Amino acid sequence: MNRRLPLGKVIGLYLVLGIGAITMLVPFLWMLSTSIKQPSEVFSATGGIQLLPKYFFWRDTVVNGVKIRAWWGNYPDAWREINFLRLYMSSVFVAVVGTFGQVMTSSMAAYAFARLRFPGRDKLFFAYLATMMIPGSVTMIPVFVIMKRLHWINTYQALIVPGLFSAYGTFMLRQFFMSLPSDLEDAAKIDGSGYLGIWWRVVLPLSKPALATLTTFTFMGFWGSYMWPLVVTITEELRTLPIGLKYFVGQHSTNYTQLMAASVIALVPVLILFIFNQRYFVEGIKLSGLKG
Amino acid sequence: MSKALNKQVMTAAQREALAAYAFLMPNFLGFLAFTSIPVVLSLVMAFCHWNIFRPPSWVGLENFRSLLWFHREGGRLVANDPFFWQYVYNTVYLMAGIPIGMAGSLILALMMNQRLRGIVVLRTIYFLPTVCSGVALLILWKYLYNADIGLINKIIRLIGGFIYSSRPLAIAFTVLCAILLGLVTIAAAVCLLAALRYLSDRAGLEWGDGIFRTLAILSSTAIFVSIGVYGRVLYSHLAAFFAIPPDWLGTVKWAKPSLILMSLWGGLGGYNMILYLAALQGVPSSYYEAAEIDGAGPWAKFWSVTWPMISPTTFFILIMSIISGFQSGFMTANILTNGGPAGSTTTIEYYLYQTAFEKFNMGYASAIAWFLFAVILILTRFTWRIGGRVVVYE
Repeated sequence: MNRRLPLGKVIGLYLVLGIGAITMLVPFLWMLSTSIKQPSEVFSATGGIQLLPKYFFWRDTVVNGVKIRAWWGNYPDAWREINFLRLYMSSVFVAVVGTFGQVMTSSMAAYAFARLRFPGRDKLFFAYLATMMIPGSVTMIPVFVIMKRLHWINTYQALIVPGLFSAYGTFMLRQFFMSLPSDLEDAAKIDGSGYLGIWWRVVLPLSKPALATLTTFTFMGFWGSYMWPLVVTITEELRTLPIGLKYFVGQHSTNYTQLMAASVIALVPVLILFIFNQRYFVEGIKLSGLKG
Repeated sequence: MSKALNKQVMTAAQREALAAYAFLMPNFLGFLAFTSIPVVLSLVMAFCHWNIFRPPSWVGLENFRSLLWFHREGGRLVANDPFFWQYVYNTVYLMAGIPIGMAGSLILALMMNQRLRGIVVLRTIYFLPTVCSGVALLILWKYLYNADIGLINKIIRLIGGFIYSSRPLAIAFTVLCAILLGLVTIAAAVCLLAALRYLSDRAGLEWGDGIFRTLAILSSTAIFVSIGVYGRVLYSHLAAFFAIPPDWLGTVKWAKPSLILMSLWGGLGGYNMILYLAALQGVPSSYYEAAEIDGAGPWAKFWSVTWPMISPTTFFILIMSIISGFQSGFMTANILTNGGPAGSTTTIEYYLYQTAFEKFNMGYASAIAWFLFAVILILTRFTWRIGGRVVVYE
């Protein structure tokens, strides 16, 4: 499609896409706008739609004997109330350790499947593939029981260890490793490199795009994981960001100004990550569809 | 060949195998501990009664009988677990959003596949809900859907206040809605007739065009006449809707459509759109040129070139959506609705969670999980079979 489009069509496309884009953005704008409003402003059912807050002060001010909070006031309130620092630390710790572990174990297994010959390789690989069909809820209950037996409930191990091994990651990396040329490996072998050296110094550096994609997706998986952390954590210290937010909603179900401020705080890191890794998101999605 | 050399070759192969097992070991141990053994355990648990506080006891098919079977009650057949079937219905109902979402994603991808300035910015905007998905976004939607202070009802009241301030405007608006409603219903009727036509052709019945044309005209007229007759009812319904907009998540009637709408908003420009975009970019332009030489317009080009060329992607998205659709709804129910009102947004997955981790009925929950697994397997196989016939691989 290298031709230029007729002007009418261009205008029409922009119009439709623009309206759609506005529909996508409005909820986010409303979230931002609510997060800088006063609770009293949000709560009037008869009130119209005001995108901008009625009061916009840089510091707390008294108007007609009523104390008005500064526009940014909901943020520190929410931050303190929900103990965001702790949630972030938990979430980052779990996601970083889990992602690193999963990419390591997956790439090692994928290297064995793609490049080494051993008895039972194809059968084992088929078993890996077959388990990708099993719904998470089938294994979740027994894994919970195993965690309970190990006395791992309410520990970081329970949050991280079951997520360290992924059939999908192994499969994805194996497909990528298969496509690598074997010349460099052979050269390394002649230079006297062992299998560990080849994996670490040849295969991994050549697979940066695939590794980056798997890392991005695994990290997002750990970061957004909800059901499992809800099941295996009990006390506050271990809660990850989604779980902390959930309990915050439970306690402040109607305090929407603070809820929206909390939501913004929770979304900002993901957004930053996305903007810097956009390429890997798109690549990862395309990769996942290639099998189809 | 000397014996020594033979031995050396053997050890090289053995060394390679040994290295391979060492590389596999961490992943394989995890695979055993968190996938294979649990699958077996889960199957055993499905045949046990177990509330984790007391040791499990073998009950045979009891769990499946309570979950899936029926009993007689005063001469009528009643499901042993009527709630379960309601939740199955809910799950399937909520999956109605899948085809709509796929069509939307495809249309969006077609529009984005044009050479336009700023397309990357637009794509990023449409992808935002997918990146931000999760608890924060669900909290936002809980707020948007709020009956009193939610943005959606504020907008509806604003529009309603404007339209119903003058009677001519209100009537004009009602007529417009009636026409739209009529067109949508006629489109549905035409689709139905086309399907009927296709089936009758397949069955070898020689029904001519005339029958279908007459049927189409008759049904369109009937639809328009009935809308005209019930115009007054439509008017009062619309007026009531705009005066007091519904409590979206709080009423049985609106809760499921609201959730579908929310997932459409979230999924339109997400994974599926990117997949479609990649597929569209993979169609060789020579195919379009050939079609053009044959005199194909844009419509014919889409149906004879684009649609078959991207059918593997459509098929992939469909299968993945069905698999994930049956396992969805936990987070939404847990944060947004608590499965209510009256269980109308409880899905199979949420019921499984409640059974396992609120009532600690591990055996019964495992039976639900295996039901889910079986349904997914059967449906995937079924779709695969149909797909084998319809999908075009190059």
